[in-house]
Order: sequence, then structure tokens, then C-alpha cells
Amino acid sequence: MPAERGDNWRAWLSQARFFLEESYSARYRGAIARSRRDHDDLFMLLVFSEMMGVPNPASYYTLELQPLLLERFHDWHRRMGMEHSPLDHFRCC
Amino acid sequence: MSAAILLLIGLVMMSLGYLVYSRFIAKHIYRLDPDFRTPAHEFEDGIDFVPTNRFVLWGHHFTSVAGAAPIVGPAIAVIWGWLPAFLWVVMGTIFFAGVHDMGAIWASVRNKAKSVGSLTGDVVGKRARSIFMIVIFLVLLMVNAVFAVVIAKLMMNFPTAVLPVWGAIVVALIVGQLIYRRIISLPVVSVIGVVALYALIWAGPSVPIQMPAEVAGMSGNAVWILLLFLYAGIASVLPVWMLLQPRDYINGLQLFVGLLILYGAIALLNPVLVAPMINNDVPAGTPSLLPLLFVTIACGAISGFHGLVASGTTSKQLNKETDARFVGYFGAIGEGCLSLAAILVACAGFASLTDWKAMYSAFGQGGVTAFVQGGAYVIHNGLGLPEVTAATLLTVMAALFAGTTMDTGLRLQRYIFQEWGEIYNQQWMKKPLPATLLAIGSCLLLAFGAGGADGSGGMIIWPLFGTTNQLLAGLTLLVITVMLVHMRRPMWYTLLPLCFLLIMTVLALVLQLKTFFEQENYFLLGLDIVVLVAAILVALECAAALKRHRALAAAEQSDAS
Repeated sequence: MPAERGDNWRAWLSQARFFLEESYSARYRGAIARSRRDHDDLFMLLVFSEMMGVPNPASYYTLELQPLLLERFHDWHRRMGMEHSPLDHFRCC
Repeated sequence: MSAAILLLIGLVMMSLGYLVYSRFIAKHIYRLDPDFRTPAHEFEDGIDFVPTNRFVLWGHHFTSVAGAAPIVGPAIAVIWGWLPAFLWVVMGTIFFAGVHDMGAIWASVRNKAKSVGSLTGDVVGKRARSIFMIVIFLVLLMVNAVFAVVIAKLMMNFPTAVLPVWGAIVVALIVGQLIYRRIISLPVVSVIGVVALYALIWAGPSVPIQMPAEVAGMSGNAVWILLLFLYAGIASVLPVWMLLQPRDYINGLQLFVGLLILYGAIALLNPVLVAPMINNDVPAGTPSLLPLLFVTIACGAISGFHGLVASGTTSKQLNKETDARFVGYFGAIGEGCLSLAAILVACAGFASLTDWKAMYSAFGQGGVTAFVQGGAYVIHNGLGLPEVTAATLLTVMAALFAGTTMDTGLRLQRYIFQEWGEIYNQQWMKKPLPATLLAIGSCLLLAFGAGGADGSGGMIIWPLFGTTNQLLAGLTLLVITVMLVHMRRPMWYTLLPLCFLLIMTVLALVLQLKTFFEQENYFLLGLDIVVLVAAILVALECAAALKRHRALAAAEQSDAS
């Protein structure tokens, strides 16, 4: 029964992987989810105030978002057909 | 006496404790119910409340509570001989720690997974909760100050460990990025992380880093302490995924490997315990065994810190109520096993009684250094690993435990300052940076205020850490006992440990009060008085709460009949 043995082995490996992933995340799950929510809240504030023309109280903190936005910004201008960043003061590549 | 036989006796007794005593407590006292809807299911939110596999939760609970204390305490306490330390670790784990940890989870689960601090407010009263906040703050303050001293001392004594200890931080930072950015899958990263850590341990002896005896007018020890607080301060404000999470994870894996190596070496070498069974020839200035033994060994037997973890995060993730037995009681057993290994290597890891006595030349000596030297001797002779590599391995193990507890401790202390900022409406105190600076400042004040220019104030207050920590355990046991009385269930299984702890704590505090007064050490005298007053208040609250709830339970019974 080599096929069955292979399945057993794969099931065991996936179980081991589950345990590792759970033990990595269980302890800090809450803290990370909260931190992600805080980022989302900040982003919401940013977008909302820009759209409504309200002076943006979050711009001071946006530097913190730069590492997160950089990759997405790069993907975006590539998708839009621009080889390099179109913004003079925000060159990502 | 053969160390392997003592190890076997200890393991058999603790296994029996788990298989028999914990089953009895779970079934007849806490009456754990597999059908009870736990808060993890009731309030499931994917953030704090998440039903978690019991093996995973056990790992989380065990690695959270395992700091340097199960090593430091027993390795100091063997100065009275190996038998008292062995008995207290084994019996304390079975009858005190297991019941306390399982009970803390149970009490919290039965009360919407509230922390033991807010439970004290609900079950015992507002006054008790105020004492609780002060006790928690003091425990965290002492943990941070003590662990900084322990790591600094290790790095001064074992320069070969400096590279792996600081290198572990770099490994954790890289592991964090690899996992967070999903560059490599977790199992592969785990293997890479552990291999990198052990490669650093292997490379450590080739690149010893010795801090000069004096830097800018400060001793090398003091410089390490300042650097450690700088690190802990930065770590406590960084996002958790960046450093703390991968560091704790790698550290957890390393803990299991380290324990396996230690146990394997003891079993293979079967060394003889050179330390006396009961030491009647203790160095001058050593306090009496009773009550100091019971406060010197805190974690490893019973520890209040466990209650904070049990009711803080563990109870929110408990899948089934019956899992509390495995997670809580078996978590305590894990800690007991670590302490048992510490006792065995601190007593059997020396060539002769004279060598052992040279190490334990005064009270407070030995400790982690005895654990490292003794353990290196056992591992070298048992597994054939070079002695210097084995010593580096154990130093890194102890320093990493202390380091991870320290950065988490500083973060928790920051939260307390922020909470006080909230209560007293101080805007500046609510911000993370000022709160972190306040937390670091208070620790440094203790380290350098009590210890002078050397910064070793943390070590001087070690016996006070024990009493404060035991007081915290007493408060948790009080909450559990009051709940049991209210439910009209047998209360002796938690009340007796509670009374024992309170008596030993108060006795130790009174004895220390006398010593500090004679030494004219007014800083510690003041701190001792604060803890003593808290202990007496806890005792009074105990009596009042138990009386009130017994009367209430009796009235309810007569109403029903």
C-alpha cells in the first residue's frame, strides 16, 4: 500500500505544519489583529479626509505606512502601465 | 545518590500527580464539564477569543510562564541541600502549582474569561483589586530588574555566550520578516531559525566578547544592564510580529531541545549528587530554610505569574473546559520538570563536594552560574559535547528565557502606566513612549538605587520577588476558594495551600524586615513594608470574604430547604 502510506505521510506533515503555525500565531493572534485594525482605521481616516477635503490629521503618521504602501504602490503603477513612479517626491523604483 | 534515579523518582511522582491527583481535582472539586460553552466559543472574535487545540494551547501556556525563574530559584535554593529543594519542587508542583494553574483557568473560564485582577474585584472586593494592581506592578518591576542582572551576570561570566544571545535577536528579526512576508513557509523557517541559533551557539566560543571592566566610569556589569534595558525598551514598542513573536517561537523550540539534551545527558551519565542531602554547614549569613525555601523557589513550584497568563490569554482560547486540566496542570508539570533539571545539574554537575561548596560560598551565590557550570559538566561527560559549547548552550537557554520574559514584562509594565494615565486622566502618560520611559526608569531606579553603581539592585531584591510573587498566587487561590465556597464545594484543596503560602510569605517578610533594619538598608526596608502590608491585607480580605460567602451559601441553602 505505498499510495496509502504516502497519504498518511502527507496527512502527518500537514498536521505538523498546522501545529507549528498555530503555536507561532496563537500567542500573538490578538495583538496582531488589533494592530492590523489600527492600521485600517488610520487608512480609513486618511482616505475619508482626503475625499472630503478635511485637513488631514493623519498625515503626520503616514510615514509609518510607507513600508506597507510601497510595495502596493509599485504594483499599482506597473499595472497602470507606468514603468516608474509618476510622483516626483515618491520614487519607489 | 544517583541523579538519574532522583530524576526518575521526580518524573514518576509528577506523572502520578497528573494522572491521579489532577483527575480527582478536575472531577470532584472544579467539576470540569466537557459540555460547558467556553468563552472562546461564546465570544469567538478571531482576535482574543479563539478556540485552540489543547496541545497548541499547552505550548503557548508553558512557554509563556517559563522564564528564568524556574532555573534561578531552585539553583539558589539547593544551598540548603538537594532534598528540601527537590521535595518542594515535586510536592509544590503536584499539590500547589497544578491546582493553582488549573484553578485560575477554570475560575476565569467560568467568569467570561476575565483576568484574575478583575475577578478579584468581582468575587472578593474592590479593596483586594487595588492591592492586586500594586502587587502585579511590584512583581513586574522586580522581574525586569532581576532578569537584567541575571543576564548581565551571565554575559560577564560567559563571554562566549554574548554572540549567540544578541545574535538570537537578529535571527528573530529575520525569521519575523521571512514569515510575515511569506517568503518561506513556516516549517522551513522554523528549521532555519533553530539551526541558525545553534550555529551561533557553536560559533560563540570562537568569538568571545568581553566587556571591559570599566566603560565611561561604569562597571561592565552596569553597562550590560543599561544595554539590556535599551533593548527591552525598543522591543516593547516595536510591533509584536517584528521581534517578540518570532523570538518567543524560536525560544520555545529551543526550550524543548534544551530540556531533551539535559535529560538525555543526566540519563546517560547518571552522575552522583555531590551536594549534601541536607546541608547543615551553610555559609554564614544564609537565612533559615523555613520559610525562605518556599519563597526562593517560586516558579517551578507555585508562582503567581502563572495565574496572570492562565486568566489573561489562556482562558480566552480554551476549546473545552476539560482541557484546563491538560493545559493548566500539565503546564505546571512542564515548569516543574525544568526546575527538577536545574536542581539535578546544580547538585550533580561538580566533581566534588569541595567544588560545590566553593560555588555556594554565600547565600545568593550559585544560581544560574551553578546551573550553567554544572549543566555543562553533565552534558560534556554525558553526551561528549565540548564543555565550553555546552556552557554556551545553557547560558543562551537561561539568557533567552530571561530576555523574553523581560521584554514582555516591560510591555506589561508600560500598559499599567498607561492604565494609570487613563484612571488619573494624565494625557501624556497614556502615550506609549512616555509610559515606556517611566517603566524603564522605575526598573533602573530599582537596579541602581538598591544596587549602587553596579546596577545589581535586582539581585538584592530577589527574596522579595519570591514573597511578592507568592502573594499574587495567594490572591488567585483566594478567588478560587471563594468561588468554591460559594458553590458549596470542598474548599480545603485550595484553602490549605493558600494558608501555607500566606504564613510562609508573612514569616519571610518579617525576618527580612529585621535583616534590612539591621543592615540599615532603608530602600529595601520600605519595599518590604509595602509587601508586608499587602500580605496582611490579603489575609484579612481572605478571612472576610470567606466568612461572607459561607454565610451567603448557608442562607441560600436554608432558603432552598
